[in-house]
Amino acid sequence: MSGVPIVTARARYEDSYTLARYLSTGGYEGLRRALTMFPDDVVAQVDEASLLGRGGAGFPAGRKWQMLRAAEVTYLVVNGDESEPATFKDHFLLERDPHQLIEGVVIAAYALQVTRAFIFVRGEFALGLERVQQAVNDAYAHGALGRNIFDSKFSLDVVVHPGAGAYICGEETALLEALEGKRGFPRIKPPFFPAVHGLYGAPTVVNNVETMSNLPWIMIHGGAAFAALGVGRSSGTRLFALAGRVNSPGVYEVEMAKSTFRDLIYDPAWGGGVIGGAEVRAIIPGGVSAPWFGPEHLDVALGQDEVAAHGSMLGSGSVVVLDETSCVVRAAWRITKFFARESCGQCTPCREGSGWIERAMYRLEHGGGRHEDLALLLDLCDNIAPGLGWPPQQTTICVLGSSIPSAVNSAISMFPDEFARHVAHGGCPYPTEALR
Amino acid sequence: MSHFRVDLRQRAEETIALYPHARSAMLPLLHLAQEQDGYLSEAGIEEVAELTGTTPADVRGTASFYDMFHLEPVGTYVVGVCTNIACLLGGASELLDHARRALGAEVGATSDDGLFTLEETECLADCDRAPCVSVNHRFVRTTTVAAFDELVDELRAGARDHDIPRHGTLVRVRRSGGLRSSSEEIALERRVAREARERRANDVKGASS
Repeated sequence: MSGVPIVTARARYEDSYTLARYLSTGGYEGLRRALTMFPDDVVAQVDEASLLGRGGAGFPAGRKWQMLRAAEVTYLVVNGDESEPATFKDHFLLERDPHQLIEGVVIAAYALQVTRAFIFVRGEFALGLERVQQAVNDAYAHGALGRNIFDSKFSLDVVVHPGAGAYICGEETALLEALEGKRGFPRIKPPFFPAVHGLYGAPTVVNNVETMSNLPWIMIHGGAAFAALGVGRSSGTRLFALAGRVNSPGVYEVEMAKSTFRDLIYDPAWGGGVIGGAEVRAIIPGGVSAPWFGPEHLDVALGQDEVAAHGSMLGSGSVVVLDETSCVVRAAWRITKFFARESCGQCTPCREGSGWIERAMYRLEHGGGRHEDLALLLDLCDNIAPGLGWPPQQTTICVLGSSIPSAVNSAISMFPDEFARHVAHGGCPYPTEALR
Repeated sequence: MSHFRVDLRQRAEETIALYPHARSAMLPLLHLAQEQDGYLSEAGIEEVAELTGTTPADVRGTASFYDMFHLEPVGTYVVGVCTNIACLLGGASELLDHARRALGAEVGATSDDGLFTLEETECLADCDRAPCVSVNHRFVRTTTVAAFDELVDELRAGARDHDIPRHGTLVRVRRSGGLRSSSEEIALERRVAREARERRANDVKGASS
């Protein structure tokens, strides 16, 4: 078990989202500390902490900020558009500890000397939007936002911006398009970073909700203390959203790289084992864009480089467990259906490929599948991400396209017999999953 | 003549003032239009176009990209059942089937009494309470058939009006006040900060040489 809760320290309180509770549990002390430092020294602390971005790509926050030292950063944008299937940790943070997020935003804004910040919250999070807006109102009244924050001469305005339902807006350039009031089409790269060409073309930093939420702790305890947690580059803790066939699904804060998938799934304090004592058949780490793991990977450590070394990614921190009662063909079909629905339609390989793959997977699952479909599926996947390696080759503007093959390719390579059974059976031999 | 009610028109104008460019307020304004009409009506779209300095075609083109905006009328309650991976593994297909019968609406359709629209949704990020059900974007956490039926009864009786407003109302908490720093103040402060930074850099250079 992780001994140090950083971002979930307050979650045990019913009223964890209120200003009163926040202040009575050390809230806004990290900001007060930061405001006594030079902005560059705040950046240095975050760099020393080795705070890897918690959105999915895992880019070090300190390095992202340092890229901007020369530029005059105009906007800070927080990505709270959490939509990667089976990822629900930012949802948790937005509803349960919005002040922690806001404090992190002010610290980051001070470090970058930004005076305008936008918190982009997924539109489907009505309660999250209300909690964050209330917290912003209270933070203004408390003097933690607005003019002369805590009499420091530093000023910041924060605007809460609601999304409207589009997975692709989690991609940072699509998110900026949505924030500019347009369709959420990812922007053509290069330039690769919003740091160069961001909101309205101005230098912009985009960071994830969980990344921001770590900053108050880092300011109070120092970057070195954060770096001392975890292993190597994977420092601090991470929120894991555990879902699927486990007894106790939920959001768990785990010290980076110190525990394994087995611990997360079986520890009584976390997943509490597989439902009905069944065996693990597959694990989807890091979101549905990630290649799957099998039971042989249960002892892989929950660290960014550790998971990458085994050919997948820690990604968004989601972990989905499939057991021996779960149909892997059905699971892969459903994931592909998601991508087919959420492709923004700009790039041909993604727009057309996702639909083709979905239709082929549909007929394997529902009847009418053929043996040749496996080769067809792999060929389609290869067209989207040539070579089918990991990390994937990209033929599209953003990584949604190259994420499509992961599930199908994993299912076919790990469970060829399951596909053969579906073809022989004329559809899925498994019963529909029952409600618990 | 404004199509928006007076209070919504005022909120729309206050929202626009939060952004460097009016168009940025597109999504929040479309949510407001939906709050008034329950969906995006022609008149609502025209008003958003006027407010954002765009055209109705542009507004419609933008709105149609996003799942939460409805270009046709929907029920008082839009019920979403997620069938993505975590919910699928938790029996979402069974619950969705049950929802069709209980609400009297096929997926994507509205019940005859206009009360319910049923949607099959993608992941709503509430996967520890699978299968995830939302009503007007409120997570209701009814993961069994019995709990779902109870919810439907409550909705029909109007017993959930306090926590589930009618479709379109998204955020009930209003922002208190506009931006506290004007663009002019920001420009001035940035100049002062830049000069201070340059002075500091020169001092460091001077000390090390």
